[in-house]
Amino acid sequence: MKVSDIRVAVLRMEGINCEQETYDAFERLGARPEFVHIKQLEKRWPDSGGYRDLEEYDILMLPGGFSAGDYIRAGAIFASRIKSSVGKDLVRFIEEGKPVGGFCNGFQIMVELGVLPGYSSTMSDRPEAVLHANDSGNFECRPALLKMVNRGSCVWTSRIEKDEVRLIPVAHAEGNLILDDPDRAYARLFDSDMVVFRYCDTEGDFEAPYPYNPNGSRFNIAGICNDTGNVFGMMPHPERVFDRIAHPDWYRKRISRDEGDGRAVFESVLDHVVKRF
Amino acid sequence: MFTIEVKVGLKKGVVDPEGSNTLKSLNLLGFEEVGSVKTLKVFRIEMEAPSKEDALKRADEMCQRLLMNPVIHTYLIDVI
Repeated sequence: MKVSDIRVAVLRMEGINCEQETYDAFERLGARPEFVHIKQLEKRWPDSGGYRDLEEYDILMLPGGFSAGDYIRAGAIFASRIKSSVGKDLVRFIEEGKPVGGFCNGFQIMVELGVLPGYSSTMSDRPEAVLHANDSGNFECRPALLKMVNRGSCVWTSRIEKDEVRLIPVAHAEGNLILDDPDRAYARLFDSDMVVFRYCDTEGDFEAPYPYNPNGSRFNIAGICNDTGNVFGMMPHPERVFDRIAHPDWYRKRISRDEGDGRAVFESVLDHVVKRF
Repeated sequence: MFTIEVKVGLKKGVVDPEGSNTLKSLNLLGFEEVGSVKTLKVFRIEMEAPSKEDALKRADEMCQRLLMNPVIHTYLIDVI
């Protein structure tokens, strides 16, 4: 498949606010993104010409924001909307190996949906993890350092070297990843190569406490994928650092490259779809 | 018509930043006798059901499917 044939659904509902940057990232790399409102998939769109099916797309993106005002729990309402309408389509989408990505609120939605960590099934009946309130009790909005630790399973990070540290901003109040049955779950996550990004300090050290770890997440985990590597969620926002000028130190450091630290995530997933389909 | 109250709280051992910040502020305001504060979320639900037992059963399903996350939450359902 050519990049220009790759159709990306950027899924929206009320309260999502990072859809434009996510759309732009794919468009600027030559793919064909489209804003799709959940009502279009539910077939409750006012005009039937706007009805859409998940299978029309090659990549599904769940953008950041505050869907449904973060009521009940962040992501819970959007997740229930997806599950009740296109849950089966989504399972098929994932099982076909098509990539699904979620950043920030998108990650929270995926965890509430049960597609991440997703080790017992493609989409579990009940959530197997949660993104709980930050330990600080605050909304943490600033740059964060992330080390890419995936050994190769994740299709969203193939363009990033293992152990490379990147600066990607966070902006969330609920980012503390807690897994069910922690004694076994974390070992399983690491053994199955499902951990993708971990917060670190300037030396790349994972022992880094707050503020390097903005939310108190155990083992400083910032992003994970499922065991087949196509479903990926992270709390930080790679779409906000697509360009170098979006970095807080771009002028001081006078780095001549113009790509920001987040661009490789989008390039990686497009690479994967080009090769695989 | 039944009115159901669902109280969702955090399991023992799960950090409650809102509760601990409230505790700190209460202590600073002079309520030194306060030793612990935990936050709960309460949903008051009005619903039709053939019996009280049915209402409780449906409310339990609501908790399982939306109102709480079993990884960190406990919940209590009352008919009021």
